[in-house]
Order: sequence, then structure tokens, then C-alpha cells
Amino acid sequence: MPSTPAPTPPIIRLEDIQLKLASAGGEVNILRGIDLTVAAGETVGIVGPSGSGKSTLMMVIGGLERPSSGRVTIAGTDFARLDEDGLARFRRDRVGIVFQSFHLIGTMSALENVAVPLELAGRRDAFERARILLEAVGLGGRALHYPGQLSGGEQQRVALARAFAAEPALLLADEPTGNLDLATGRVVMALLFDLQARLGTTLVLITHDAGLAERCGRVVELADGRIVGDRRQTRPLQAAHG
Amino acid sequence: MAELALARRYAGRELRGGLEGFGIFLACLTIGVAAIAAVGSVSASIVAGLQADARDLLGGDVEFRLAQRLLPDETVAWLGARGRLSTVRELRGMVRTLGGDKRSLIELKSVDGAYPLFGAVELDPPLSLGEALAVEDGVAGLAVDAMVLDRLGVALGDRIRLGSAEFAIRAVLVKEPDGIANPFTLGPHVLVSAAGLALSGLDQPGTLSSSVYRLRLPAPSDAKAVIKAADLAFPESGWRARDASEAEPQLQSFVTRTSMFLVLVGLTSLLVGGVGVGNAASAYLSGKVPVIAILKSLGAPARLVYAIYLLQLFLLALLAIVVGLALGAAAPLLLHALGPELPVELRLGVYPRPLLVAAGFGLLTALGFSLWPLARARRVPAASLFRNLVETARQRLGWGDWAATAGVALALAALAIVNAQDKRVAAGFLAAVAVALVAFRLVGAGVMRAAAAIPIRRRPWLRLAIANLHRPGAATPSVVLSMGLGLTVLVAIGLIEGSLTHEVAERLPESAPSYFFIDIQPDEVAPFKALVESLPGTSDLALVPSLRTRITALDGAPPRDHKTDPDARWILNSERGLTYAAALPAGSHVVAGTWWPADYQGPPLISLDADLAAGLHLEIGDTVGFNIAGREITARIANFRKIDWTTLGINFFTIFAPGTLEAAPQTAIATIRAESPAAEARLAREVTEAFPNVSAIRVKDALDTLAHILGQMAAAIRAIAAITVLAGVLVLAGAIAATRRRRRYEAVVLKVLGATRAVIARGFLIEYGILGGVTAVISVALGSLASWLVVTQLLAGEWVFDVGRVVGIALGGTAATLAVALAGTWRVLGARAAPLLRNE
Repeated sequence: MPSTPAPTPPIIRLEDIQLKLASAGGEVNILRGIDLTVAAGETVGIVGPSGSGKSTLMMVIGGLERPSSGRVTIAGTDFARLDEDGLARFRRDRVGIVFQSFHLIGTMSALENVAVPLELAGRRDAFERARILLEAVGLGGRALHYPGQLSGGEQQRVALARAFAAEPALLLADEPTGNLDLATGRVVMALLFDLQARLGTTLVLITHDAGLAERCGRVVELADGRIVGDRRQTRPLQAAHG
Repeated sequence: MAELALARRYAGRELRGGLEGFGIFLACLTIGVAAIAAVGSVSASIVAGLQADARDLLGGDVEFRLAQRLLPDETVAWLGARGRLSTVRELRGMVRTLGGDKRSLIELKSVDGAYPLFGAVELDPPLSLGEALAVEDGVAGLAVDAMVLDRLGVALGDRIRLGSAEFAIRAVLVKEPDGIANPFTLGPHVLVSAAGLALSGLDQPGTLSSSVYRLRLPAPSDAKAVIKAADLAFPESGWRARDASEAEPQLQSFVTRTSMFLVLVGLTSLLVGGVGVGNAASAYLSGKVPVIAILKSLGAPARLVYAIYLLQLFLLALLAIVVGLALGAAAPLLLHALGPELPVELRLGVYPRPLLVAAGFGLLTALGFSLWPLARARRVPAASLFRNLVETARQRLGWGDWAATAGVALALAALAIVNAQDKRVAAGFLAAVAVALVAFRLVGAGVMRAAAAIPIRRRPWLRLAIANLHRPGAATPSVVLSMGLGLTVLVAIGLIEGSLTHEVAERLPESAPSYFFIDIQPDEVAPFKALVESLPGTSDLALVPSLRTRITALDGAPPRDHKTDPDARWILNSERGLTYAAALPAGSHVVAGTWWPADYQGPPLISLDADLAAGLHLEIGDTVGFNIAGREITARIANFRKIDWTTLGINFFTIFAPGTLEAAPQTAIATIRAESPAAEARLAREVTEAFPNVSAIRVKDALDTLAHILGQMAAAIRAIAAITVLAGVLVLAGAIAATRRRRRYEAVVLKVLGATRAVIARGFLIEYGILGGVTAVISVALGSLASWLVVTQLLAGEWVFDVGRVVGIALGGTAATLAVALAGTWRVLGARAAPLLRNE
């Protein structure tokens, strides 16, 4: 009997995730029973209107927000078993995050910002590797510049380099082009997909831009805290362009 | 005017938002103003108390005081015709139990029937003074301070010895109207009648004593006119005359002088708080940049913008000052209700002058530290609406801003100096504070530069800590300055107190004699010497003659016509002691002229203390006229001596050569060392038993009294200095609060990237550890320098570097910095990431 390859364990497994937040007007249900499984190496675009819970879902996957109920298992690790510092260490080793607002540390140079996750992981080659990544995002010449001295597009490229620095198994990107103009946004996205493809990283891309989502292998649609659509693309746009 | 009205309206609108963000501004100003107002109010109520009871304290409307002599009957009759006269004699004596096993030095006052002319003596049991002191069956009564009962272990009604007679303790002295509890007296007070004093045999020729003649004048009378008339009628009397306006001048001067130091230290705390005021004003105005830009784009001139925010800060300062003044004005009341028992009755009330001074300090400080932020606000361009808002806030200051700052600083200094009793000390203190301000400002800049230059490539938390020290707008300079100034004051006070305590408690006793014996009569000198030398365990007996004199001429002119420095005038005011000697006394050395031969018998020669001679503007070869027991003697100055007073040996400012004073009325003074407490006790017992008229002054008791006074003064100054540190802590807390938002953000980003809370906390610890540590080290250096200058240059003492004390203050300062910093950043560590990272 021909042997079948063992199924790849999912890198993301969300089971019945509920998240309620208190607000002045009473309790708000942000996530209402999300079930989602993502296999390693997949690229997933999460789309939906504002307030649909996209960013919150990303926070939950990144261990930045704890759900009110449900189970989060990332790369085989149940988040319920980790405390705050455990979650921080987990991110350090497995997860890279890119934000819409870049979130670089203002007092550190571009190079230092990129080196942070590597240093936290105790990598001796932190700065060598950070320099290579900055070169890869086209900012080799701006390594010693501070975030305040960089344009928005440049800052987001530094953030990309930082997110990929520790070669995470999972990359979460929350509206990475939201604060950028169209042309710059295109450059950043090209870089993002390029790095993802080269490193084989699982990518979860939050966006309200349907065009961007189409470049992912799978598109999950959220509305009012629920998954209302989940389709795999036979031929992602990225491949067509590639 | 229209612009001012507009400014007032706008300022009012902006303040409607409440006082949020002004906590540190208000707190810094309030505590500084409260400290100064409190010191001033307490001091004013003490002085007012002294002045209100001045006639009671002086014991009359007018007082004529002489050393050792009584006035001739004719003079007494003249005085008696001016009003009701009371004669009092003051001297020292020894009281002993009948068995002779316990003894105490006392301050004895013999009073007549007219005493007291003002106020009342309170006795327990409530006898009249006449009843208490009366001679019954040949035994006179005493009214004694309760401490005498304690020291001798006797009770009311018991008998004790005073001089060569037995006395009955008839009452405890509860209140003596003219006997203010002077902290500098050597023994408890005892009242005796004139008849009782005669029985004791203590009042012998040459005994160190004062005769005090007091008058209660018929109202209305001009006390000063009476003194003038008396001086005219008896120009040779040699008395020291004063009226009630001069009662307790030393105590008043002591209070004003102590209060001056406390006000200066209080001013330092206000200046430290000023840094917090400046930071708060800066933060507030930075937040107002968009508003200012909008106002300007709508046509508001820079002057209006300046006026709007100056007015707001002024109103806030006024609020803080009013609260500070209220707290300060209540201080005498609090002291009266809760504080230790004071030697004088506080006159409670509101004293406008110290409150005005405190308000002036507060306003000038608030203004001085707000000027720069205001100048920057004025310069915010309307275009900043379209540009990076943060960058526009950092503008260069114009020369007008510098001039205004200098003007305010000068006004502050002038206010401090004008109000200080000793202008030179105040000016020196302010100069030292200015130097410290500049030094800490430079240190702050140095720390920033050094931090920027440190090439830290590893460990992001360490890099973040170092970056926090030097990033633009870092709190480093203000934290270093505010914490540093407070710690410097503490170190300086600690070291000055330590050096003085060491001097009094350790260094002086090493070389000091154990006992001073005074009032040894000429015929007692030989037996005294024989007795002391026969006692085991005693050594270094020194016996010198002691005479009283009044200086009547300086270089041939009356003293008032001769140029004298104010700090040397005391020697001309009343009778002083002198001695004669063949050999140069131990502890002195001749600095000009030559000492006379031991067998000198020529015309009168004297040796003078060099410092005093300089103050009296006398040269070698000049003459000085003395009145010794009614005899005029003119002596020529043979040499000047430097005296080392710290040996506590017998030293006189004036020493005559042999051959002039041997026949004059005199007593002797002796000093002796005893090797053990047992030898000390035996020495005192044997001498006072054999010579009942001789008083024994235990040097250790006198030094203990001095150490106690020093300790109390230091405690008061330390308390005010602690307010300086509190102000520094407030500034630090404000600086941390101002950066909390940024720190929380950075902590969250680090957590997203995988940093644990311990890693982030380590960064904060390093940052504030470096800040606190550097500040403490510089404070120790500056505080040590300041204390060295004060101890060696001002007090001419030996400076002692008390390592334990200094390390304690330094560690305490660093720990306080870390504690405040961690308290301020603790919540940052637990900040949740999601709310900060969520896209708005």
C-alpha cells in the first residue's frame, strides 16, 4: 500500500473563540465563536469591514489579547498554559508582527530596531543579520537613522525587517499599508510576500483591501465577530504576478 | 488694556479644564512656600513673645549690670530716687548634700524684697518668695529648680549645704519671670535672699559675680532718658545699662540667626521645587502648541499668547502660594499644640512680614522657572499646524529671555539677602547654591553626553535604558539637578554636624581638663594646690590669677572714638577677665612682637589675642587703658598671640606682664585632669568640701550641653533639608509621570517582540540606578566641599569625613530615586498590549 504523507499539523488552531470587552455602553462582543485552522506555510488574508474583529483576531493569535473563552493553539502550544512572560517568549521565538502604525522604538536606530528580537533571543549575530535584513528591504544605507528621520514607507520596511528578523514560523500583518500611499504600499507588500515566500513563513494578513487579500492563498472573511466566508484560491494573484 | 482683558478671558477659558497635570507644579510651590513661611512665622512669634515679655525678662524698665562690684551708696540712692529699685546678685556656687556624697554646680541668684519688679515668681508649694527665702532659726530658705532635687536626691524640706552654710529647700522654682531657660547655662537655678547669700560666705571679693540694679519707673517714663542721665551723672560707673527693648538680645539674635539658616535651606527646597514647576509649565505649554498655532493663525500676536499663559501660570502659582502661606502661618499654632516645650512663650498670631517674604520667594521662583517655557510658547509659529509639532517647541531663547531670567534671579537673591540677619553668610549661601545649580546642570549634560557616547550593541533593554538617559527631552538634567541639590544639602549638613559633634564629643575631651575650679581666694591657692596634688589620679594642674577689667582707652583715645570692627566691640561693652603671667601659656604662640622675660618688672606690658587686636585696629607698641578695681592702668602692647581655644585650657584675651597686678584684688582659676571617673568624683568632692566657696565646673557637662544644643539645631536644619529632598522626589515623580505614556508604549513594543517583564524592569533599574548613583556621587562631592569650607574656613574647626554618614545618605538617595522611579513605572510593566496597538 502506498504510504500517504503524514498531515502537517496546523500552525494556528482556534476553537470557539469568544471575546467580550467592557465599554461605557455595556459589554461588547468583539469575537463570537471563531473556529479557524491554518496549516504551516499558508498565506491567509483576513478581510471584513471596520469593527468586524479582524485586528482583535490577530491580537488573539499573537497572544496580545486573551479570549474570554475558547482555545488558542499556535504551533502546538496551548496559550492558556502560558503566562504573560511565557507568551512574550513564545512570540520572540515563533511570531513576527507588522503593524499599521509601524511601532518602532523611537530612541533606537533602524538597525537597532531590527536587531531587538534577535538580541532578545540571545543571537550573537543579531547585528550582522539585522544588517542583511535591512539590505533586503532596501534600507542598507539608512541603518543608523532613527525612526523620526525615516519616511512612513521606510519605517514600515524597517518594521518588516524586524518582523522577519528571527525567522518566525508565523507572521501577522495588520493593515501594513494602511498608513502608506499607494505606490509605497505596493513596494512594502511586494517585499512582504517576497520575504514570506523565501522563508516559507505562514502569513496572516489583516486588510480591508480586497485586492491585497486576493494575493493570499486563502481568504477568510469576518463580519460582526464571526467568520462568514473562507475560501481557498486556486491561483492566488501573487502567483499570477510572480 | 483690551489685549489684557482678552488674555484674561482666554486664560479663564483654558483653566476651565481644571488643574489636571498641575499636581507637581502646585505641590512643589506649596511645600517650598510653606517651609519658608513656617520658619518665618515661628521665629517671628518667638521674637514677639520675647518682646512682649521684655520687661518681665529684663526684670525692670532699666537694668544696670556690673561685674563683681557693688555700686557706691550714693549711686544707689540716685537710682532709688528714679523709681522702685531692686538689687540682685548673680553668681555660681556648689550645692551639696549634708553627707557630702552628692553635689551640683548651680546658678545662684540672691534677691531683695523688691524682686521681682515685673511678673511673678511661681513656687511649689505656693509660698510667697519672702516666706520661702526667709531665715528661720538661723537657717535660710532656698527656692530651687527641680533639677537640684534630682541631682542631689533630696526632697522639699530637706537641708543641703551651699558654701559654708546649711540651707532648707522650702520650694521648687516653677517660674522665674526674668530667668528664661537659657540653653547655655551651666547649672540649675537657685534663688536665695541677700541674708542667705551672706550666710553662705560665697560672695567674697573677686568672686565671679554680677550685681544687677533694676528700676521700675513711674509711668510714663522714658527708660532711655534715665539711662542717659545715669551715664551722665556717673560716667565712671563702668556698668552695662540697657532697657527692656534690649532684653535677651543674645537669645533674639540666636533665634533670628537660626531662622536665617532655616529660611535659606527652605529657599533651596523652593528652588528644587522650581525645577518641577518649570517641567510642569513646559509640559503644559508643549501640549498647548496646537492651540497657540491656531490662535496665531487666527491673528493673535505673540504678546497676547505670552500674556494668556503667563496669566494662567500666575493664577496657579497664586493658588499654591496661598495654600503654602496658610500652612506656614499655622506652624506656630502646631508647634504650640504639639511641639516640644520652648523656653519662651510663643506669641501666636499672623505675622505679615515673614508671609510676605515667603510669598515673594514663591512668586519669583514660579516666575523664574516659567520664563523659558513661556518664551518658547510665544515663539511657536502658526505654521507648526502643518509641520511636526514637537520640533517647533524647541526654539532658541532670545537675549530678552536671558535678561528676564537674570533679573528674576537677582531679585530672588536680593530678597534673600535683604531679609537675612547676616548678609555675608546669606550671600555666601546663595553663591554656593548657584554654584551647585550650575554644577548639577553640567553634570546632567555630562551624563547625557556620556550616555550618548556609550556604544551599547547588545541587550536592547540596556540600550533602551541608556537611550532614555540621553534622548532629546530626557528628564536627566532636571532629575540630577533636583535630587542632587537636596542630597548635597543633606550631605553638607550631615558632615558639618558630624565634624562639630566630633570636635565637641571626641577631640576636645582628649586634651581638655576634667574640671574648672573658679573663685579660689588668694589665701586658698596654696592649700588648694597642696590638696589637689595629694589626690591620686589627677594631673596637669594649672592655676592662674583672674581679675576683672574694663577697657577705658585704646591708643590714648576713649574706645568709642577709636576705630573698631563690629565683631570686636563686645570686649568694650562690659567688664572682662584678664590675667598676668611670666611665661607664655600652653596652647598659645606669639605671632608678632616678643614675649617678656620671666623676671620682668618694668612699666606695664600686655599681650593681646591677635584676632581681637586686629578687630580693635591695634598695633604693637600701642597703648590700652584698663580700669582694674577702680585703678587706671595704661599698658603698652608687647606682643600678639594666637590662641588655640580647642585645648579648653585657661586662656585670656589679655595677659599682663609680671610686676603690675600682683597686689590687685583677684581670685584664681584652676584646671585639672582626672584620669578616671572615680578620680573625677573624688576631686570634686574633696575640693568642694575643703573650699565651700569654690565652684567646680565639670567640662564634660558643659560639652554635653553644647553637644545637645548643636544636636537640636542640626535636627531643625535637617528637617527643613528633608523638605528639599521631598521637593526633589516630587520633581522626579513628575519627570517619570511625564514619560509614563512613552515608557508604556516602549514596554508594550518590547513585549510584542518577546521581552519579559523582568527584562523591561531591568532596563528601568539600570536607567534610574545610573541617574541616582551619579547624582549621589556628585552630591557627596559637592556636599563634602561645602561642609569642608564651612567647617575649616568659617568655623575654623577640624573637618571630619564621616564615611558611614555619607555612604548612608548616598545609598539612601539612590534608593529613594529607584523607589520613586519603580513606583512610577511599575504599572507600565503590567500594561496590556492590545489597547495600545489597536489601530485607531
